[in-house]
Amino acid sequence: MSKSIQVEDWGTIDHMEAYQRQRRIVDEVLLGAAGRLIFCEHPSVITLGRMTKPDSLIYTREDILGNGINIYPVDRGGDVTMHTPGQLVVYVIVDLRPRGKDLKIYMQQLEQVAVDLLSNFGILAISIEGKRGVFVGSRKIVSIGVGVRKWVTFHGLGINISNDLSLYRFIKPCGLDVQMTSMEQLLKAPVLMQDVKRDLKKNFERIIEGI
Amino acid sequence: MTNIILPQLGDGITKAVVACWHVNPGQEVNAGDELLEVVTDKASFCVESPVKGKIRTIVVSQGAEADIGATLGVID
Repeated sequence: MSKSIQVEDWGTIDHMEAYQRQRRIVDEVLLGAAGRLIFCEHPSVITLGRMTKPDSLIYTREDILGNGINIYPVDRGGDVTMHTPGQLVVYVIVDLRPRGKDLKIYMQQLEQVAVDLLSNFGILAISIEGKRGVFVGSRKIVSIGVGVRKWVTFHGLGINISNDLSLYRFIKPCGLDVQMTSMEQLLKAPVLMQDVKRDLKKNFERIIEGI
Repeated sequence: MTNIILPQLGDGITKAVVACWHVNPGQEVNAGDELLEVVTDKASFCVESPVKGKIRTIVVSQGAEADIGATLGVID
């Protein structure tokens, strides 16, 4: 990995704690520290992006909380999403000032990282114009949501690897009437998280560092 | 008087939606303070105050869409 981006693995971490860590790292990066590529998983949590619509939660908050799933509002773009064990969450904290200050290119490159990752595993995935995220056919496998402060990014990708897809019944993912899928559902075989992380590091080095 | 302008966010991005304001009219702000968040294409972007001063007016309210380069608010 290039010197300008460091890789961190936070393991399983509460979403709110991870958010607070991200914000601290954003401040560090603004002061000149290296950018970060962060891997983690979250205990089941629903996050509400800035554009969440009232009908994006299919169940009541009480029903969702009663199922042990926390609900947090977050300062990223997009609608509602869900993180559960078995989904690899990838937070990317990079300074876009020396990389052209272009959110559209950055979002496209995040998608390309995920498309190339899935290709490495033999999954033909695509990004769809006008719908952020990555899809296999009509099913969504990677969710994207980004926040930017003073041109330093945070938040990032949620890649479904082996997570329990039935939990998506609580929400309309990204506010869409879309079915979700995962790498293991598509491959009908176990996928090692460490293999996914290894390939993601390579793809980030090749794509994001090249902004 | 200084206008708070929706900045260029990227090639081909022509509009953004005001997700929320962090300040109210009459509030004192410093240069670099985060005034509001705009959202485009699944990215949320914090717009900073260009100067030290007092918020005079919010021109584009929460939930409304604005063109890149539009005046979102005014600082005295």
